[in-house]
Amino acid sequence: MRLYMAVAVGGFRRYATYRVATAAGVFANTVFGFIMAYTYIALWDERPRLGGYDQAEALTFVWLGQALLMTCAMMGGGFGEELVDRIRTGDVAIDLYRPVDLQLWWLAGDLGRAAFHLIGRGIAPMVLGGLVFELVLPADPLTWVAFLVSVALGVVVSFAVRYLLALSAFWLLDGTGVLQISMLTGLFFSGMLLPLTLFPGALGEVARALPWSSLLQIPADVFLGKHTGWGLIRAYAFQAGWAVLLLGAGRALQTVATRRVVVQGG
Amino acid sequence: MGSGATGPVGRVWQLRAGVRAYGLIVMMWIRSTMTYRASFAMTTFGNFAATAFDFVTILLMFAHTEALGGYSLPEIALLYGLAGTAFGLTDLLLGSVDRLGRRVRDGTLDTLLVRPVPVLAQVAADRFALRRLGRVFQGLLVLGYALVVLDVDWSPLKVLMLPLAVVSGAAIFAAVFVTGAAFQFVAQDAAEVQNGFTYGGSTLLQYPPTIFAKELVRGVTFVVPLAFVNWLPALYVLGREAPAGLPGWLAFLPPVVAVGCVGLAGLAWRVGLRSYRSTGS
Repeated sequence: MRLYMAVAVGGFRRYATYRVATAAGVFANTVFGFIMAYTYIALWDERPRLGGYDQAEALTFVWLGQALLMTCAMMGGGFGEELVDRIRTGDVAIDLYRPVDLQLWWLAGDLGRAAFHLIGRGIAPMVLGGLVFELVLPADPLTWVAFLVSVALGVVVSFAVRYLLALSAFWLLDGTGVLQISMLTGLFFSGMLLPLTLFPGALGEVARALPWSSLLQIPADVFLGKHTGWGLIRAYAFQAGWAVLLLGAGRALQTVATRRVVVQGG
Repeated sequence: MGSGATGPVGRVWQLRAGVRAYGLIVMMWIRSTMTYRASFAMTTFGNFAATAFDFVTILLMFAHTEALGGYSLPEIALLYGLAGTAFGLTDLLLGSVDRLGRRVRDGTLDTLLVRPVPVLAQVAADRFALRRLGRVFQGLLVLGYALVVLDVDWSPLKVLMLPLAVVSGAAIFAAVFVTGAAFQFVAQDAAEVQNGFTYGGSTLLQYPPTIFAKELVRGVTFVVPLAFVNWLPALYVLGREAPAGLPGWLAFLPPVVAVGCVGLAGLAWRVGLRSYRSTGS
């Protein structure tokens, strides 16, 4: 456990090193936040209370999206490319004979990264957005805690999906296409482009049931106080359910994949 | 660059050499891409789909409303198509320049400096990605849809406005890309600032100017002149008033603005390149 803590701290510090890159990222997040906020204002001017949100809630959703974009790695990134590279070059063989669990190792590193991104890339855009637009911030400190729990679960789900996709490199070798698909689905089905409550009919129902809704839609709804009491438990159960299922699938695939590496001789 | 060429003749010679070298490097990357045809087809489609999601978002918005900022879906499609095509062309031809910061950081830029080819041509052609055609196709498709469904009172001038807007728009975006790259000589980790202007800018232009604050519209007219990419020409084609109380004749300026921007970007690039100091080892 201490080992994985150390890996997580390492992941945090690794990303914290690049201060200029972080500032530049905050700038990009803020630019996109402004553009999206104006489009949402135009849409909610036409249709107040669309998707169950009033305008202030919709704007809060926009800035939460910018704050969590990197934290929940909705565009992919984080460890994915690195792991794909290590699989392609065969370096993963070294990782496999280390006396640590491959999946937990990368999970710990990714949690550290997410913690940094929440602080470094999340707070500043949210504050800047709040200075210009009227946002809804929870009054109850417990809601903030509930939100952070939901974000943590979202990061684990996000990790589990990206881990599964990265493992596909054992078979495909070139992971570019898979990483690209992961970015598309992550952006679209997390609610980053538009809240999932606005998706019509069957598309909406499917989108809300897919794991990616754990990345933004659910944390944002928790933040906005849409999930309370048993509703909150149900939201957590949904996120945790996907996390367990996807981590399990990743573990199974990893077992198959490592057998394959042995057969190939590394 | 120290080729010893001076004066206008030298400049033209240099430009031709640059374009030729750019073409050669690009051809090499295309050949290497075509080795993996399946991967190329997949990533091109991926690029197409990635940008298509932007438009799907707009379609989803229009599932709930008839108009956004007073603009109908076909009108927004025209804005989107013009900006998307112009940006797609620039991204295809120059999209690699945002990797410059990485080259400065790891010192591989030095290799480019010792070759007898303009550095900008090398940086622009580096890892040329033909798959970015997907983005151009997507822009053209939406533009085509807009032109089919739009009810415009066409005049020769309005017809001419469309190709003019795409070419000038691509040149304006190119200037933004190169200026951003020049900035990376100073701030190597700042690639995301550039993304804010390039990808952010193209997203901004997909929506009508009426939904944004007046100061923002004026900012992207006079400071970073993105409004000339599509807003001003498209609003002329649609027979609408220029945004934020700007004069209507601005709609005819995109080519002039494009030339000015490219000139300034060239200057910025020279200053950036001259200030470059190798990381050394």
